[in-house]
Order: sequence, then C-alpha cells, then structure tokens
Amino acid sequence: MSDQGRPPKIRIENVSYSYDGKLALRNVTLDIPARAITVLFGPAGGGKTTLLRLINRLNDLIEGTQMSGRVLLDGEDIYAPGTDLVELRRRVGMVFALPLPLPGTVRENVLYGPKLAGVRDRTRLDEILYRSLQQAALWDEVKDRLDDPASTLSGGQQQRLCIARSLALEPEVLLLDEPTSGLDPISTGKVEESLFNLKRNYTIVIVPHSIQQAARVADVAAFMLMGELVECGPGSALFVRPRDRRTEDYITGRFG
Amino acid sequence: MNRHIQQKIGFILLGLTALMVVMPILFVVGHIAASGARAITEEFITGMPRNGMKEGGILPAIVGTLVLTLGTALVAIPLGVGGAIYLSEYARDTWLTRTVRLAIINLAGIPSVVYGLFGLGMFVLFLRFGTSILAGCLTLAIMTLPVIVSAAEEALRAVPVEFRTVIFSLGGTRWQSIRYIVLPQALPGIITGVILGLLRAAGETAPILFTVAAFYLPRLPRSIFDETMALPYHLYVISTHVPGMPMHIQYGTALVLLVLVLSMNLLASLIRSYYRKRRQW
Amino acid sequence: MEQMRRPRLGEFVIESLVKVAGLSSIGFVVLIFFFLLREGVPVFFEVELTNLFSTRWYPTFGLFGTLPLILGSALVTLSAIAIALPLGVVTAVFVREVAPHWAREILKPMIEVLAGIPSVVLGFFGMTLLAPVVRRMLGMPTGLTALTGALILAYMSLPTIISVAEDALDAVPKSYRDAGLALGATQWQTIWRVVVPAARSGIVTAVMLGMGRAIGETMAVMMVTGNAARMPLTLDSLFRPVRTMTATIAAEMGEVAEGSVHYHALFGIGIILFVITFILNLTAAATIFKKRRRGGLR
Repeated sequence: MSDQGRPPKIRIENVSYSYDGKLALRNVTLDIPARAITVLFGPAGGGKTTLLRLINRLNDLIEGTQMSGRVLLDGEDIYAPGTDLVELRRRVGMVFALPLPLPGTVRENVLYGPKLAGVRDRTRLDEILYRSLQQAALWDEVKDRLDDPASTLSGGQQQRLCIARSLALEPEVLLLDEPTSGLDPISTGKVEESLFNLKRNYTIVIVPHSIQQAARVADVAAFMLMGELVECGPGSALFVRPRDRRTEDYITGRFG
Repeated sequence: MNRHIQQKIGFILLGLTALMVVMPILFVVGHIAASGARAITEEFITGMPRNGMKEGGILPAIVGTLVLTLGTALVAIPLGVGGAIYLSEYARDTWLTRTVRLAIINLAGIPSVVYGLFGLGMFVLFLRFGTSILAGCLTLAIMTLPVIVSAAEEALRAVPVEFRTVIFSLGGTRWQSIRYIVLPQALPGIITGVILGLLRAAGETAPILFTVAAFYLPRLPRSIFDETMALPYHLYVISTHVPGMPMHIQYGTALVLLVLVLSMNLLASLIRSYYRKRRQW
Repeated sequence: MEQMRRPRLGEFVIESLVKVAGLSSIGFVVLIFFFLLREGVPVFFEVELTNLFSTRWYPTFGLFGTLPLILGSALVTLSAIAIALPLGVVTAVFVREVAPHWAREILKPMIEVLAGIPSVVLGFFGMTLLAPVVRRMLGMPTGLTALTGALILAYMSLPTIISVAEDALDAVPKSYRDAGLALGATQWQTIWRVVVPAARSGIVTAVMLGMGRAIGETMAVMMVTGNAARMPLTLDSLFRPVRTMTATIAAEMGEVAEGSVHYHALFGIGIILFVITFILNLTAAATIFKKRRRGGLR
C-alpha cells in the first residue's frame, strides 16, 4: 500500500443510484488508490457492477436512471456538466464478464481503440499492438496469429485480448467486471498474473468471480451488500479479520 | 376413430392445403416460362418495337425499368437506411418515435395506385416535373421506403448490443459504433432488404401509370425529364389495349419481367444465406 | 494521447441527416394526405353528396355515384379474404408446427416467389388462362368476374397472411404446447385447441394486413374483373363483372383533364382508399405495438 497518504485516484462520494425507481446503490463512499488492485466483492445484486459502470459512465446508456453524489477522477467530478465522455472512457478502460471480441482479426481487435481515437500511423499502431499484447500476457501465444479472426482464440485468450484492447488506449484506470467468470483455472491464473503486472502502472478495479479470487488479488477490498458498502480496507486485513459481522458471514460462507 | 389416425389424416390435409398454395405458383411461373420462351430472341431483348409493337423487341421497356429501379434506389437507399439507423440506434421510445413507426406502417399499407395519384399531384403537377423519370422514381422511392426501413432496422437490431457497449467503453462515439461495427455487420441484411424493396418497385405498374410511363416510345430515355416505357406497364398495355397482339410477344414480355424480378429475389436469398453461415456471432 | 482529439462537427452533420431520414416518413404520410385532399376535396363542392353516393358511376354524364365502386372493392376483397384466410392460416400452421424441415425449405422460398411476382403478371395470367376456365365452369358469357379477381387477390394476399400468422404462432410460448401435450392431447388437438386460439390476435392482424393489401391491389384486379360499374347486390354478383375503386382510378385517370370534376372525383376515391387502408393498418399496428410492449423492447 505504497500510495497510502496520497490522494486517491478515484473517490466515490455519497453515491446513490436507482433504475426505474429501484435503488441499486445507497450512499456509497469509497476511495480507490492509484496503482493497486481494488476488489469490489459480495453476493449477486449487491451493486458491484453498477458501481463499476458508474466510473466510466457506461450506465449513461440506460434509460430511466437517477443518480446523486459525486465520482471524482483525480479530484475532478466526472459527472460535472461538460465532461467529455469520449475522453473519460479513454482514461478509464473496461473489460466485461464475457470475452467480447469484436468481429475482425486479433490485430484489429487490439487496435480498435487507437483507430477510433484517430491514430493512423502504422509504426505507432504496431508498437501499441506489441505493448498491449505483452502487458496482457498474450503476445507469445498469438504473435503468429495476429491476422486470424479473434473468434478462433480460446476463451482465456479472448479475455486477455479484451484486456489488451483496453490497454491499447493507455488508460489510467482499468475496470474489470468478473473477467474470469467464463474461464478455466489455468486461463484464470494467466489473467490474474497479467493483473499483477499491470498494477505497477494502472489503477485496477475488479469485481472478482469468487471470494478466493478476491482474496488472491486484493490490495484493497470493499464488501458490498444490497447496494451498500459494508466495509472496506486493505485486503490482507479484511479477509483475515473482518470488522463487520455480515462480511464475516459472507467470507466464511454462511450466505451468498 | 383412433386419435392418432385422426391426427395423421389431419396432418396430411394440412400438407395438401400447403400444396394448394404452392402448385398455382409453380404453374404460373412454369406456364409463363414455357409460353414466353419462344418469344425470347436476341432481337426481342435488344430491339426496338416495330409495327405497333406487334413485331420487334422490347428494349426501351427493359431499359426503362432498369433506369426507374436505379433511380428509385438512389433516393430510397439513403433515406431508408438512414431512417433505419435513426430508429435502431438513436431513437428513444418517445411519442415521436412511435409516430415514425406508425407512419412507416401506414406508408407500407397505402395502395400503389394512391402513390400514383400522389406522384401525379405532387411531382408531375405541383412541382412541374411533368410525366418524367424523375417524378416516377420519386414516387416509387417513397413507396419502397417502408420496406427498406423495416428490413434494414431488423438487420441493425440483430447486431449484438454488446458490440456497441464495447465501442463506447473504448472511447468510441455513437456514430463510430455504427460506422465501424453495426453497419458493416448488418450490411448483408440491409442489402437483402434493399433488393426486396427495389424488386417491388421494379414490378409495380400503378405508381408509374400517371407519373412516367409512356404507351409507345420506341427510343431510349435521354434525360430524367423524359418519359419512358417500362416492362410492367408495357405488359399491361399490350395485353389490354392493343387488339390482335401476338400472344408470344405478351408471354415473352411477362417472362422477361418475371425473370428480372425473380432473379433479384434469388440474389437476395443467396446473399442472406451466404452471410448467415459466415458471420461470427 | 492528446493529439487524438477529433473534430465532432462531421458527426453532428451525419447524425442530423440520419434524424431527418428517420422523421421523413411522417412527412411523406402528411404530404400524401395533403395532396390527395388538395386534388380531391373540390369534388365535394362540385358534385352534390346525393350524386356522390348514388348507385351510378357514369362520369361522362356527370354521374359520380361511388357506391358501386366501394361495394365492388368490398365484394372482391372480402371474397378474396374468405379464400385466403383458411388457406393462409392452415399453411402457416403447417409450416410452423407440422412440416418436416425439407418441406419448409421448399415452401418458404415459394411463398417469397409469390410475393415477388408483379401484380401485372398475375393479372395477365388471370386474363389469359384463369378467366376462360372460370367462364367455362360458370357457363357465363365472360370469365372476367369478381370471383376471378378474388381468386387472384387471394393468392396475392397469401404471403402477407402467412408470414404474419406464422409470427403469431411463433410467439405462442412453448410451455402452452408442452402443457397441451402433457394433458394427453395429441399434437393435432394441441394445435387447434391451444396454439391457434392463443395466436388469435396475431391472426386478426394478419387478416387486417391482408385486407389492406387486397383492397389496394390495382393492376391484377383491373385486368380480370371486367370493370363493369354495377351495384353488386344480387346473389350472383360474385360471378359477374365488377369494378373496384383502384381499377377506376387506374383506368380513367389517364383520360381526364387536370382540374376537371372527373379528375377531382378520382382523387376523391383516392381519399376513400387512403382512409380505409389507414384505418386497417392503424388497427393492425395497435395489436403489433401491444405485443411489442408485452415482450419488451431491447
């Protein structure tokens, strides 16, 4: 926790959020440190994914929602009027629960972000391709298949491809929503390994697909239950000595 | 009687009814093909009509129909595909959107002869285009619009929503998601829909009756303000208005029109099945 | 990545164009109605209402009775639907519920072919082949009768009826079928006592759209119905020549002078047609919208 004491990368302040009148988040306040892995865990329906999608405003796409509170990225409110969504989403990348390769080749998939951003220079694109795939620990496996359709990769490779696709934009924050839920243990291990490498340069927020995974990767862990943030603290402490009874019950498997 | 024998008999009756639907179609197509084939010669396809249309070819009608179809496409495709993109990608569920949908349903139901009246009132007379290819194409384009919009919207909506979300998460804009993912993925479906719409335009007679069609004009059209002959109208004319018209010329004309329309139909089916097998989602 | 910013003006322009294209449909409906009114409404001032709704249509003698035309259209359309509805629904049931895969692969394209055959080609076929058959069977002086028109029209509205009815059957939840079969009913009984009744509203929609298609059909009808503007009131009217609204417009518009009473009267018939199809389609659309709301939009 080398960054403790410094201002957080992301600060979520008194955020409440509802879909069609149903409350999904209740007055959540959370600091997310830079260059560390923050884990949002808890039973399904607790608001983890909602909170995650608030950080790059993907929730904006849904109609009939209401939000109060602030989300600060480097001290600036990303919900302030006039915020450039395109810019925000380039700074805050996202990886989804299922591998979602876009139609096209491995190369095209990785380079979608830069292309959308208007990068046309071939050598620059090649650099980005190499760097992103390296960071996602995928380069060695696909370096001879760059022009194969992305759909021909295995599930684990596809998910790392999606991570590489986000990394191609050099984001500051990487959001991962149960990135290993559809993967076998070996692929899961590879994805987690790449996360450990990435946290040196990126702020990572992840919704894990199991408590075990939460415990393995968390620098900071936040337990969410029914739209509320129950407790939050360094992963090393929270999983060993939870302060709240509900957290303990969940970790020890009494519900969830 | 045993219920299962009853069911067997019932199913056979259903099959026979379906056969009653199919047989006449086969018969019409087969009969016209067989009777029309005799008329099909090089002169018939590439020649001008002669001797009060009782001899010679039907080239101006063929060219006229192709020109009309092309002109219709030029107007209807951008409008139709644009409208479909609006409905599928931009429009939220508001009263305005519902009004657009109602309008499209109603456009699809307006009788073709009423389109003809409208074309006459607006394009030929009010805008002073005269009976012209321009007036005919505009009339046909508006008639074709609902077909293209509906088919294109369906194709656009079939593209998984997640692809769009991914593009947004990569900092893409709405238009970029359309331009780079949605439109290319939906293209085969859109093309199929466009062809089916144009096929209807190519075969229609009533909308061109008072807007463009010429009874007898043995030359090729020279400008968009020219009248032109057209295959469907020509078939109507020679089968009802010209006494003593040789049957093989009538059948030949019907066959040429049928082949034109059905080959467009076939093309649409081929595109659809080819891409359905190949797509990655 | 600061050099990656792009001007967004281009997108704004494109998005505006897309929106205009989207809204254009409303504009066209309004324009069509406007021009029909503009050219058609004068007839109500030029001809007394008693004349307009009398039983004789002889424009050359200043008689503009539209009743025989309206009834002619109604006779042909209703007869066509009476033929097409059972054929169409049964075929849809066959395709959806019973037909083996190979039969479906033949039927579907055939019905698409039928939908693609131009009206004028069917009219030509009806004139040259069907009408003589009808004449011989009925022993009438002519085969160009309402029945001939109804037969052709029935087949022309079949693609619409079959495809809408198919969608309706498709929308019946599988659990209904399972429930029927679980109660010991045969597939045959399940189809007719559970599935088809459940698809009722969709089938009504199919009939509406089929009627809209049939009443607006022009060329084929004009070529095969004989075009006699007589009141179809007697029982044998089905076997005699008849004249529809569409055929009247198509046949006479070419010969009238712009701005004459006759010209306005033909546009007046256009208004009637527009209103009828508008109502039919609106009703059909209402059921379609209801269904969609129940299913939920994406």
